[in-house]
Amino acid sequence: MLFPDDARTLDAVPLYRSRRWLILSALTVLGCGGPFPQSTLAPMSGYARDIDGLFGTVFKFMLIVFVVVEVLLLFTIFRHRQRPGAAEPRHTHGHTVLEIAWTIAPALILVFVAVPTIQTIFRTQAPAPAGALNVRVVAHQWWWEYRYPDLGVVTANELHVPVGRTVDLELTSADVIHSFWAPRLFGKRDVIPGHTNHIIFAADSTGDYLGQCVEFCGVSHANMRLRVLVDSDSGFAAWAKAQAATPAAPAKNSVEQRGQEAFRRYACIGCHTVAGVSAGTIGPDLTHVASRTTIAGGMLPTAAAMLQKWIENPQAVKPGALMPRMGVTPDDLTALVAYLQSLK
Amino acid sequence: MSETRGWKSWVTTTDHKRIGQLYFYTALAFFLLGGLEALLIRIQLAKPENSFVTAETYDQLFTMHGTTMVFLALMPLSAAFFNYIVPLQIGARDVAFPRLNAFSYWVFLLGGLLLNSSWLVGPLFHAGMLNVAPDGGWFGYANLTERQFSPGVNIDFWVLSLQILGISSLAAGFNFIVTILNLRAPGMKMMRLPVFSWMTLVTSFIIITAFPVITVGLVFLLFDRFFGTHFYLPSAGGDPVLWQHLFWLFGHPEVYILILPAMGIVSEVLPTFARKPLFGYPVVVYSGVLIGFMGWGVWSHHMFAVGLGPVADSVFGATTMLIAIPTGVKIFNWIATLWGGQIRGATALYFAVGFIAMFIIGGLSGVSHAVPPADLQQTDTYYVVAHIHYVLFGGTVLGLFAGIYYWWPKMTGRLLSEPLGKLHFWLTFVGMNLAFFPMHLIGLLGMPRRIYTYSPDLGVAKLNLLSTVGAMIIGASVLVFAYNLWRTRRHGAVAGNDPWQGATLEWATTSPPPVYNFTAIPKVETRLPLWRTEHHAAMAALPATPPEPVHVPGGSWWPLVTACGLPVLALAPLTHTLWLAFVGVAILLAGIYRWAFEPFEA
Repeated sequence: MLFPDDARTLDAVPLYRSRRWLILSALTVLGCGGPFPQSTLAPMSGYARDIDGLFGTVFKFMLIVFVVVEVLLLFTIFRHRQRPGAAEPRHTHGHTVLEIAWTIAPALILVFVAVPTIQTIFRTQAPAPAGALNVRVVAHQWWWEYRYPDLGVVTANELHVPVGRTVDLELTSADVIHSFWAPRLFGKRDVIPGHTNHIIFAADSTGDYLGQCVEFCGVSHANMRLRVLVDSDSGFAAWAKAQAATPAAPAKNSVEQRGQEAFRRYACIGCHTVAGVSAGTIGPDLTHVASRTTIAGGMLPTAAAMLQKWIENPQAVKPGALMPRMGVTPDDLTALVAYLQSLK
Repeated sequence: MSETRGWKSWVTTTDHKRIGQLYFYTALAFFLLGGLEALLIRIQLAKPENSFVTAETYDQLFTMHGTTMVFLALMPLSAAFFNYIVPLQIGARDVAFPRLNAFSYWVFLLGGLLLNSSWLVGPLFHAGMLNVAPDGGWFGYANLTERQFSPGVNIDFWVLSLQILGISSLAAGFNFIVTILNLRAPGMKMMRLPVFSWMTLVTSFIIITAFPVITVGLVFLLFDRFFGTHFYLPSAGGDPVLWQHLFWLFGHPEVYILILPAMGIVSEVLPTFARKPLFGYPVVVYSGVLIGFMGWGVWSHHMFAVGLGPVADSVFGATTMLIAIPTGVKIFNWIATLWGGQIRGATALYFAVGFIAMFIIGGLSGVSHAVPPADLQQTDTYYVVAHIHYVLFGGTVLGLFAGIYYWWPKMTGRLLSEPLGKLHFWLTFVGMNLAFFPMHLIGLLGMPRRIYTYSPDLGVAKLNLLSTVGAMIIGASVLVFAYNLWRTRRHGAVAGNDPWQGATLEWATTSPPPVYNFTAIPKVETRLPLWRTEHHAAMAALPATPPEPVHVPGGSWWPLVTACGLPVLALAPLTHTLWLAFVGVAILLAGIYRWAFEPFEA
């Protein structure tokens, strides 16, 4: 498994809801025991729990109606099946009281669903409280850019947030419509060019949470993954401090220095920012690329071999990727990878 | 006099029964094609990180699967029954505008061929085969479908074909409204109209009001792509969300265009096989009309993730929930129709009951995404794929199968095999539940739709494999069905006029009916003219030969010629060839002119 940590965070979820028992036991019977890192049924924030609770309410009504109506249907066709020698059935044309009854019964159920629904809509879409951590999420084909204006941090694909603190994600797109989703933390919200949308949530506990783009956005839509890393307060502060710093220049005559030269020579600087070196804005900011656990929009773990694979042929990992094959020579590639790995 | 044999008799026909058959076989062919696309999709998803097809091919497959099933299979299969059955049910000799009817068919065929030619004509556009089919999803969201992000001809094929198909639907919609309102047999008041014809009327009204909306949306997209306008371009002050409003303002009524005819079929099949009149006929009719109206007030439930604000989300959530009420009412009336009956277990009844059982599941999952916060976890995941397939396969397709088993003897004079029909039903039933039920879980466990590959870490590999197995079983069921149809060319019991002891007028005439439908136009005194009821005797049999000569209009070439102008016109922007536009318009105008001045007696 690529990300073995997910199992740990999932085990921490209490299985107290009957519905979850039902679904998860059904899955166990089928031999799909999990873990399910993108499950909507294992919420880890107040927002996701609100949604899950509401779905639980609706699901109970759905289950009752399903059982009642299907049993009624099956009972009817069994009981009234044709019997040899039976008389022609009596012609009944309708029954006003019955018609009124089965109009009102579903209407009543819907009132019980609609009231908590509207309450939840207004609660979960309320503006963020003062003191929320503001993060600007900019969607690109096919990766995510995160800007922390108050912290001076710019990063990609892996969103760090502190545990327990309300986060206000401000969503915009640089090209087409995308949708931002990490199911265990929040419901999805479309990321639309020319619009600004918000997701407001506070994570319950630390851990890694998977997500991905959920609006069809072109050929590599499937390869636009993301991770939300929920850190402890001190862990987040340390992370933010490190990310805001400019990386030290590589030592003279080191392989990293040759890598940095290659980074300039192969025109990587045209698209990528490395603080103190370049200011490209088309591709992800690479100032601290080696501090991230994955590259290529969450498709590959950050390892030398994977960095090589990506630089040699980005389209093989991510069809349609805008990053061209730069024809980097093997020597330069080794140096370039070493340089990128030094950007912690 | 019109031709009665040979290919000319088919291409010039204006007989609603022949046009109905043309619709039927053409739509069936597209249904098989759309099904094949579905199987390829399911093979790709059978395991994580599969490489059976490329990302580019996958995007074309799911786009064409959706577009084909909606516009080229399900709508035209319903249209086949509108054509064949409605004039018979209302006691008419044909539709109101027989040549317009032929025109609708030819436009549909040519539009469908244009759309699907995109699979093959890549080399003409300096691309490979299987490279220029539409790839923006059946919903074609701007601004992804703008020239900047979709520079190829893929989206051009999609936009132009949909415009052409819209013309076909509009022409048919007007035709059936006029037919049903004006050509009913004497005594057939609106509240004596069979429910299938009622639902055809409601569907036709939705068609003529909904298709103009997508036409406008597509014109904007066409202008953006070809003439540099900016309707959906945020960089120039346009808004891609406008496309979503226009598309779903059409797209949600479209769902009712797909389901109401099937509800009409079920409302015919259940009373016949329970040997009881439809319970609550006026309520079933009015709830169908109400669904038709309410379908216009719910479009933004496809857009809860767009961020329209809490007020819009609340209103559209509530209106969507309201639609559950007339739908539930229909289901209870159907069950009450069966209650107390003598239910004969024919295949048509199996499919009609299967429709109810499966549509309940689709309807209930529909309520769960009428709840906007819950929908934020469900939309654009496999949960919604499960929902639409329970509605459109469990609902529409099972309903259409019920109609085929019910009316096939009327159309061909021979009954379909019942044992093969039962086999077809059970394979379909098991297959669809294996294919589509796991998708609820796949979606709730976080797998998005429209992705050509997924990570094994999601834990949904086995569920996806199960779904693929189910899809293969559906594929097998369709083969059984196709063989059953094929078989009746030579085999199968002869149907006679009325194999099921139906109550409505189509069973009063021979199977298949003569070109003039009825030897004499029947006089209608009850809602169930062929049944003996408390107050009325069954209608007397029609005379064996027409008591007076019946005028049968001759065939015409001009609907086909006129229809040919449209794809030629579409080729002009596709190939950037201006003179083709003039040729297309010339063919159109010449066809319309000759059509208008065609002598009454051909």
